[in-house]
Amino acid sequence: MLEVNPPPVAARSLWQRQRWLLLRRTTQVGLLALFLLGPWFDIWWVKGNLAASRWFDLVPLEDPYIALQSLFATHHLTRTAAVGSVLIASFYWLVGGRVYCSWVCPVNVITDVAHWCRERLHLPPGWRPQRALRGWLLGMTLLVSALSGGIAWELVNPVTMVQRALVFGMGAAWAIVAAVFLFDLLVSRRGWCGHLCPVGAFYGLLGRQSALRIAADKREACTDCGDCFRVCPEPHVITPALRGSGVDTRLVLSGDCTNCGRCIDVCADDVFKFTLRPTYTGDGRATTVDSIPHS
Amino acid sequence: MSDYPQNPSWPIVDRRRFLTRSAQAAGAVSLIGLLLGAYGEQAESRPIGALRPPGALAEEDFLGACVRCGLCVRGCPYDTLKLATFGTSIATGTPYFVARDVPCYMCEDIPCVAACPTDALSKRLSDIRDADMGVAVVTGTDTCYSINGIAHCQACYLACPIKDEAITMEMKQDGNRIYFEPTVHRDKCTGCGKCEKNCVVEEAAIKVLPRALIRHDLGLRVT
Repeated sequence: MLEVNPPPVAARSLWQRQRWLLLRRTTQVGLLALFLLGPWFDIWWVKGNLAASRWFDLVPLEDPYIALQSLFATHHLTRTAAVGSVLIASFYWLVGGRVYCSWVCPVNVITDVAHWCRERLHLPPGWRPQRALRGWLLGMTLLVSALSGGIAWELVNPVTMVQRALVFGMGAAWAIVAAVFLFDLLVSRRGWCGHLCPVGAFYGLLGRQSALRIAADKREACTDCGDCFRVCPEPHVITPALRGSGVDTRLVLSGDCTNCGRCIDVCADDVFKFTLRPTYTGDGRATTVDSIPHS
Repeated sequence: MSDYPQNPSWPIVDRRRFLTRSAQAAGAVSLIGLLLGAYGEQAESRPIGALRPPGALAEEDFLGACVRCGLCVRGCPYDTLKLATFGTSIATGTPYFVARDVPCYMCEDIPCVAACPTDALSKRLSDIRDADMGVAVVTGTDTCYSINGIAHCQACYLACPIKDEAITMEMKQDGNRIYFEPTVHRDKCTGCGKCEKNCVVEEAAIKVLPRALIRHDLGLRVT
């Protein structure tokens, strides 16, 4: 029997290859299911939606980005809104702001499907705006809120609109879903979440100091296959951690990282892992600088 | 370019390309900002038939306060309140009700206001009789059964939760004809819409309209 390409010594199981994706989808669907328990089955553990909610008739939660726009629109913050916003902000400040994007946001499922289709169709990247664009959009929504006196982004925000459509009634929200899908499929690769969405920009800023991080812990084992770069929704965040040398940190420090964990899934050499920034000791490890390839 | 410091792993960002892309980004941001502003302006002009829940701030302030969470909708025991869906002319996600479909039943504990996390429905409203969702106006003076002597109808008067105060049936005389005219007293009417809901005429002859549409600065009563 001729075996040109023997399989790796320890082939990774399906679970190892898809673990974080499955956990992520379970979380996304599970959270939505909790919000649907009330309207569908009359079990009111949670009322409201992603903009603001009340859990077990006790704990208020509120989207701090919406609260911020409301403040810019010169509406005072009630104690309930302040408590809810601080709870949400603290959570994402710890686990990474854009965990909201990859583990909670329902639009992520839509744009991931669009990206999957795009890859199958081998479409070119299309429009590639500057990374900073969503930051400017974030600023714009605050400015328009201040000038108009209304919560500006909630007029069109696909994130809350999609979830609200599912929990409270659809209306023409499907058009927003279709628009985001088509934009990501035909106009711009990873366009919505990666370049435009000001919600993601806000949570990215919120999570810049977060404790939960991806680390390119065993970066010496990297074979330069490029799988992580291909699967990552924000590939520029990987480079410093993976390609750094010597004392450079192995932690992915960019606030753009969504902590989706896909790099951990796809890496055949187990380079990546989730870690806690304050207790991470990997950076002190001696490295064989010469073994790290440079492009 | 030769004396420009070069890092082999990073492409030199060409100045012209950088400026072009910056201009593109600025253009896109401005465009979206303008569209958003214009759309926001439009969203402030809510259709007359869509009433806000009790305690709602004035529309301008309301749109800066309401986070579109729907907790007021969940608080309402009568399924009166709905959240505006995208594509209607009411600001997306904000609560409203159509009196002819389901009016406000004026709960004494005002659960919708209690549920509001942001004071978009103001907690300053402690007595539901102080609510101001609009004012009922007899719009169908030519169709109202009572005014036109078709029947001795008192549907609106009987439906009114502030009976004998917000609506009275005033005896009027027109030549030899005597009739009773439903008469709304604006200082008492909360705009709950039960009169509009219960009007037996196919197109309600009494309707709740936004107070701002009706001159009330003279303190006159509808006659």
